[in-house]
This record gives sequence, structure tokens and C-alpha cells, in this order.
Amino acid sequence: MSQSGLSTKTKSSKSKLHLLAEEVRAEIDQELTKYPNGWSISACMPALRIVQDANGGSLTTELMDAVAEYLGVPEISVYEVATFYSMYELKPVGRHKICVCTNISCMLCGSDGIVEHLKSKLGIGFGETTDDGKFTLKEVECLGACGGAPMFQVGRDYHENLTPEKIDKILDQLD
Amino acid sequence: MVNIQINGKMLEVENGAMVIEAADEAGIKIPRFCYHKNLSIAANCRMCLVDVEKAAKPLPACATPVTEGMIIHTQSPKAIAAQKSVMEFLLINHPLDCPICDQGGECELQDVAMGYGDDVSRYSEKKRVVANKNLGPLINTDMTRCIHCTRCVRFGEEIAGIKELGMTGRGEHAEIGTYVAKTVSSELSGNVIDLCPVGALTSKPFRYSARAWELRQFDSIAPHDCLGSNIHVHTRQDKVMRVVPKDNEAINETWLSDRDRFSYEGLNSEERLQSPMVKYNGEWQETDWDTALIAAVDGLKNIVASAGADNIGMLMSPSATLEEMFLSQKLMRALGCHNIDHRLRQQDFRDQDNAPVFPWLGQSIENLEQVDAALLIGSNLRKDQPIAGHRIRKAAIADAKIMFINPVDYEFLFPVAEKIITDPRQMGKELGAVAKALIEVAGVTAPEGLKALLENVVPTEQHKLIASNLSNANNATIILGLSAHTNPDFSTLRALASLVAEMANCTIGYLTDGANSSGGWLTGAIPHRTHQQEKVSSKNLNALEMLRSGLKAFVLQGIEPEKDCADHALALNAMEQAEFVVALSMYKSESLLSEANVLLPVSPFTETSGTFVNVEGCWQSFNAVVEPLGDSRPAWKVWRVLGNLFNVDDFDYLSSDEVRDEVHSFAGSVTADNKIAWKIPNALQNNVDGVVRIVDTSIYSIDPIVRRAPSLQQTADARIPAIHIGEELATRIGLMDADQALVRQGNGQVTLPVIIDDRLPKDSVLIPPCEMGETYLGYESSVVELEKI
Repeated sequence: MSQSGLSTKTKSSKSKLHLLAEEVRAEIDQELTKYPNGWSISACMPALRIVQDANGGSLTTELMDAVAEYLGVPEISVYEVATFYSMYELKPVGRHKICVCTNISCMLCGSDGIVEHLKSKLGIGFGETTDDGKFTLKEVECLGACGGAPMFQVGRDYHENLTPEKIDKILDQLD
Repeated sequence: MVNIQINGKMLEVENGAMVIEAADEAGIKIPRFCYHKNLSIAANCRMCLVDVEKAAKPLPACATPVTEGMIIHTQSPKAIAAQKSVMEFLLINHPLDCPICDQGGECELQDVAMGYGDDVSRYSEKKRVVANKNLGPLINTDMTRCIHCTRCVRFGEEIAGIKELGMTGRGEHAEIGTYVAKTVSSELSGNVIDLCPVGALTSKPFRYSARAWELRQFDSIAPHDCLGSNIHVHTRQDKVMRVVPKDNEAINETWLSDRDRFSYEGLNSEERLQSPMVKYNGEWQETDWDTALIAAVDGLKNIVASAGADNIGMLMSPSATLEEMFLSQKLMRALGCHNIDHRLRQQDFRDQDNAPVFPWLGQSIENLEQVDAALLIGSNLRKDQPIAGHRIRKAAIADAKIMFINPVDYEFLFPVAEKIITDPRQMGKELGAVAKALIEVAGVTAPEGLKALLENVVPTEQHKLIASNLSNANNATIILGLSAHTNPDFSTLRALASLVAEMANCTIGYLTDGANSSGGWLTGAIPHRTHQQEKVSSKNLNALEMLRSGLKAFVLQGIEPEKDCADHALALNAMEQAEFVVALSMYKSESLLSEANVLLPVSPFTETSGTFVNVEGCWQSFNAVVEPLGDSRPAWKVWRVLGNLFNVDDFDYLSSDEVRDEVHSFAGSVTADNKIAWKIPNALQNNVDGVVRIVDTSIYSIDPIVRRAPSLQQTADARIPAIHIGEELATRIGLMDADQALVRQGNGQVTLPVIIDDRLPKDSVLIPPCEMGETYLGYESSVVELEKI
């Protein structure tokens, strides 16, 4: 029961807490300490990130339910957050997620060519994953690195001032 | 207070009020979609933009607090331009399907578009399409029409207490839904239909059946619970098409329970009895009123002559009107029969002489949200009286300590401070423990006999907490709910609850069965007191005794005995054994056809004038909104004619108003004091053996009308017959989920599927009333035997 008195689950639904590993819970607990009592919903975003990372980069409905149950908030509140932000993946992704910015600065600096090169090199379009499960290609909005446009993000790393040659080098270094 | 000016009108407004509230109060119209007076402020539709002097940009009236000297223009060129732009954006993705939209004609978007929309769209790009959601049998969705005002989302969060709807995705992809396929399960869910300003959420049962402009609107009172929610009934061509709430801040605010909203389907049921019927030699014949009334009168006269008037029993629906109750008891008492009762589901009447003039809430309905502590005994508040549940929920969210002593661990959707879940036979003992704790905590002197009664009772920490929560509160209440009334130790519960209330200095109240049980007490539809509150001395039978005494005749109104009485099997048997049964009924059910001798078709609340006295003692009269169906007639008229046929004096009423005025002349100023004199209750049950049955009648089976409302019967609250059993007990008997088991109670037995249910106390099973073929089980809180098949 959260502060607003909202019911968080129905009687019939089975607990999904077992989906959250010990370490994952410990990390979420760490986040929870940052917010006042009764505002566990505030830890929803970090909790989803922690769970997504532990699950190989994507979320499932069951995992979101588990997060809701753990935080004591309605399931739909977690779905709202997870579907709103583009960094949460609701379908399985490859080992390396390539997020290409096509927003205005990158576009003016030639992101179209970057996208073209990536698509032909990997043989996939936006929102797709290579057959070997190595790469997923994703179109994203501005990542705040306009000074180095065109750019993309692979995993946690930003790569700026991209050229086809630079892309080949970056991707070849990944396992 | 601050002084502001809207459109040149000087206004004095409460500090902290929003501009839109001030404007609404002053009757100045500002268009809006997301704002709703009973919901939190979202300010996301931007339709209410107004021009505030000295502000650079237009401001949303719903989220702009008034300040001293503020000058607001709602119709200036700047305001109009802003509103028109917002309108244009809102219409970008809204489909132009008004001709096939159920909301057409009563659509806020349509109305506002008339005022602020352009007649030609400048938008030529693709419109988006959103998949519809299945939200269950009551709410229909057309999500493409949604304008994302989020009223439905906030309703779930703030009023219903279950956040099931939400807004997923973002920007162009944002949509309202449940994300995973799921039906909306709140007992107040229908309110999102009223809240939705467009045709995205509409009524499923009403769908495509009428247009708003074809409907006529009448005021009425909802007949299913003791709150008496105010409703508008919409009719077309003399048929009730739907029911919507009517604002009454003192009772239902703007809300309505699903039961009150959708039960109207039962009014148009095919089972409606449309002409009087008389059974001759086992064959039913439809006949005219004269013949049927004579048959009823002759039959009853024969019984009076052969066996005496005290061999007749009259069972009255607790949802019958005040007028019907008054006339029927007046007639029966004139015949010399005092076996009259409306307390059909009650089984303990031992302290009835000690009962208040009419057991009432003990406070106003509004006060329920002001309490800072409440102890509810035997109440599934949220389902039994959803509107009262909503009030108590508001108190709970404002940190009131809401506590329960219940036979089932019901889900309440608000923080529950303490709960004791116990075998119904032990509820008295638990309450006794609270009383004992209170004596220790508050140091009050125990009244005579209490010490001996509670000798073996040891209060736990929990009992002490309940006691201290009650005695420390400024505004505390104790309420006896529906399952306290059906408890076999009701008199003990009443005595102890009254005592606890007195010692902790809090009010005591009742939440009663049916829409008019207050009226039942006031009009003398009880065996032991007349309408003048005089005690009737002879040995009169209460509802349960009537069924047990092998009476020769019964007169029934508005009930199906085997479904509406405490002991279903006993009721069925009593009706079968009786020589003569007259039923004033809205429906010709199978069971009435086999039990009764004369069936008189009477009108439901929409076809008769009448009065309900609600649980706070508020008299609410209503008029018929449609003509009686077929040959059916308002029941008060039937009683009036029966009175004439029996030659009873003073029975020449010309209107129901006349009857009401007469009742009002002696009962109108009656104020009931729920405080009762202390009387040592019967000994508490100590050794309880065997498995006990909790009946827990579904909220959608409590009266003949709701039982015939198909849409309500498809919801999760309309339970299928089954044996709900706790894990521990199931293991002991060797039962598993989904097994079939044979259950025996008294002479009845029935085979039902097993559902493992963790809400039950030890040694208890929950078996709702079973309507499987001809088999009926016995009553609440008696022992059952279970056997695996």
C-alpha cells in the first residue's frame, strides 16, 4: 500500500518478486534511500534501469510487474514510465545497442549518411537486431552532444564526429 | 478572501481558489476538458487558457490560483485566440465520426468545438489510430477518440483507489489503457463514462440504443443500498434507457456505484411479470386484476377463518418504499396478523426490543470522511455500500485509523490500521476483547455483568491498539455492517459495540440492508413494534421464525424467498409447505411460479412514486418515470385496494403523497438514538467445532433487480457458486484448487468447485448463495460438512 492508499496488486495475481535477484534488490534499495518514505515511485526509473541491465538490456512485462511489486506501486505506473522513455527496451536487444541521433544538429552534419552506412554494414534497419544477436540499431532524438555531431551512443559510450571509417573502427573493436 | 475581476465582474473569492473555481461559482463559463471539480488538477488539456492582465502569456484557469487584484478576461481576443488554437490541436487527431459515436449530442468536445473550433480543418496529414481496449462488460472503448485529458486515470488513482488505467507511450504514441489486457474491476468503474469528455469511454450496455436528444431525464433515488444515491433516469418511449448520477454533495457527490448505474437492465428483463396470475388446481392462468385480487383476498380470508390470522406471515423487501411498507403493515395488523418483517437476512433477534427506533448511521454520510478513527464490524464496506466506502477511503487517506473485525479479509484499497479476521462465531469474543482492553486503557468502570462475560477473554496488543485508537480520537465511530446483521450473535455484537462506543466516547452506527430499512422500522414493518413505536405484546414472529413455524400462508413483496432470506433452504421449504402464498412481485421467477398461488405484478422504483428513508434518516421521495409495464401497478395502490377489499377503515388514500404525509405526521420528526441501554448479552461462544459457512452474498445478487441485470452478472463481482477455502483447511480435508467437493448443510447438499482463498479465517469456508437447480443450502455461519469427490 503506497501513501496514496492505492492498491498495488489484485489478490489473484501471483508474486513475481522471485524474478529480482538479491544483488538487483540491494541496488534498488540503495536508490530507495534517496527518497522520502511513501515516495518509492520516485525510484522507478533507476529500478527499471537496474533490472534492464541485469536482464541483458531489455525489460519484460513480468519484470516490470516485479518492479511494481517491489516498490509497492500500481503496475500501470511502472508501464507508464517504461513506455515513455526511449532508453527502456521492451523487446530483447543485441549485445550492443547503437543509438543514432538523427535530430537537427546531427542531421545538418550528415547523420543521414551515417545511418545509411550503418544499415548497409549491419544489414538491419531501425529497431532491428542482427541475426547473431550482436547489434541492435536504434534511432534516437538529441543526446545533447550537438558539438560533436553527427554522433551515436553504443552501450554507455558516446562517439562523436562520426565518419564511415570511424564507425567501422568502433564496431570492429566490439566483441 | 481576495478580490478579483473576471470579465469586468467584481468577485470576492476564497484564498487559494483557482480561477476556474471562481468563474464556475460566478456562472462564467470557461471551456475545459481535463479539469473536474472532484479530481486533482492536471492542467494538461490547455483548453481553459484565459487572459490575465500583466501576465505575458495566457494562463490555464484550472491551475492559476487567484491573487488580490487579479483581472481576468475569458473572452478577450487573446483568450479566444489561445482557446481556438488549443481546440485546433485537440481536433488534429480526433476522428470525425460523431454520427456513429455514442457520445454525440452529449459530448464536451463537440460542444466546445461548436464554440471554438473552425469549420474547416487545416490539417491534411494522416490521423493516428489507437487500438481499442477491452475493459470488461460495462465500459466500451473507442480509444482513437481519446484526447488524453487523463480524467479516467486520475479517477482510478484518486477515487476508485485502483490505478488500472494509465497513459503509456509518449507524444504521438501516447495512449490511455491498461497496457496488459485486463478488465477494470472497480465497483465505481462506471463513473469514467461520465468523466470522459469525449466518446472514448462509453457505456457498453447502453451502446447504440438511443441518442441523448431522444431521452427525457427524471430525478429518482437508487434502490439498492441504504445510502439512497441520487440519480437521473433517462427514458425513451416509456422505457428506461439508462441511469446516471445526480449531484448531491451530501450523499453521493457526483459519483454512482456500478450497481446503481447498471441495474436498470433488470427493469426491462423478459422475466417481468406483466399481468396478474392465479393458480387453479396447479395450473397458472393469466387473469385480470379484479379476479386476482379477489383470489388473494379469499385465500387469506380462508386461512384467517380456518387457522387464525397469526398463521399468516408477511415478508417485505427492505427495498420496498415507505408507502408500501406502511400500507402493508396497516392492512396486516388490521387483519390481526403481526407477523411482519423486512429484516430478511437477519437471524438473531434476541435484543430487538432494545433496538433503537430505527437503526441508523448515527451521523451524516458526510461525517464518514471526517472521522479520525472508525471500527467497522462485519462490513465489506467497499462492495456493500460503495459510496460509503468512498467516504471512508477519503478519511483513511487523511490518516484516519480505519479498523475492521471481519469474517473475511476483504480488500479495501485504503490503508487499514488494524484488522481482525475471525470465524463469524468468534466475532463477539473479539469485540469483547476490545471492550476489555478499553477498560484497561481508558480506565472506565465496567458495567454490571461484563466482567463475568469476559472472564476468559484475553486482549492482545491488537485489541489494545484498536481500543486506544478509538478512545484517543476526537471523531470516532463504530459501525455494524451487513454481515454483523446476519451474524448469529448480532445481539451480542450490538451490545458490545454499543458499550465500546460509550466507553470510548464515539458514535455508533449501522449500515443496513436494502434501500429502505430505516423506513421499515419507522412504518412498523417489524413484528414487535407498530408504526407509532408501540410495543406489540402478543407473540409475533420475526422473519426467521415465520419460516420455521410452518405458517399456513405467506404474503410477499419484492422478494424471492429462497434468495433473499437468511436461510435459503428453510425459506424454500416454508413456501412449499404453506397452503397459500400471495406474492407482489416484479418478476415471475421459476421459484415463485412453483411456490405461490397468486402473483400480483407490481412496479419497480421507476414505475411508482414512493419514498426511501436512507441510513442517515433522510427522506427522499421520487416519482414514477415511466408507465407501469403491462398490467403491473404500483404496489402502494395494490395494498390500498386490498385494504378496501378487506374493509379496513381509513384506507382511502388517493396518492402516495397522502400516505407519505400520514407517515411523516408521526415519524417525520422521530430522531433515533443509537445508544441503547446496557443489557448483558448472551454468553460468548467458546467452544466452536466444525467448519462454518460464510455466505457473503455477492453485491450483484442482493435483490431481484440486480440479479436480472446481465452486464453486472458478467463482472468479476458476480461470483460463480464455489467453495472458497483457506489453504490450511483444504490441506486438512485433502482438497486442491479446482477440485469438486460435496458440501452438506442441514438437509441441503450440493457439489461445487473448490477455490483456494487466502482471505478466510481458520475453520471457515465461503460459499455464496447457490442457485444451482433446486438445491439450496442453509444459512450464514452455521456448520457445514465438506467431502472430496
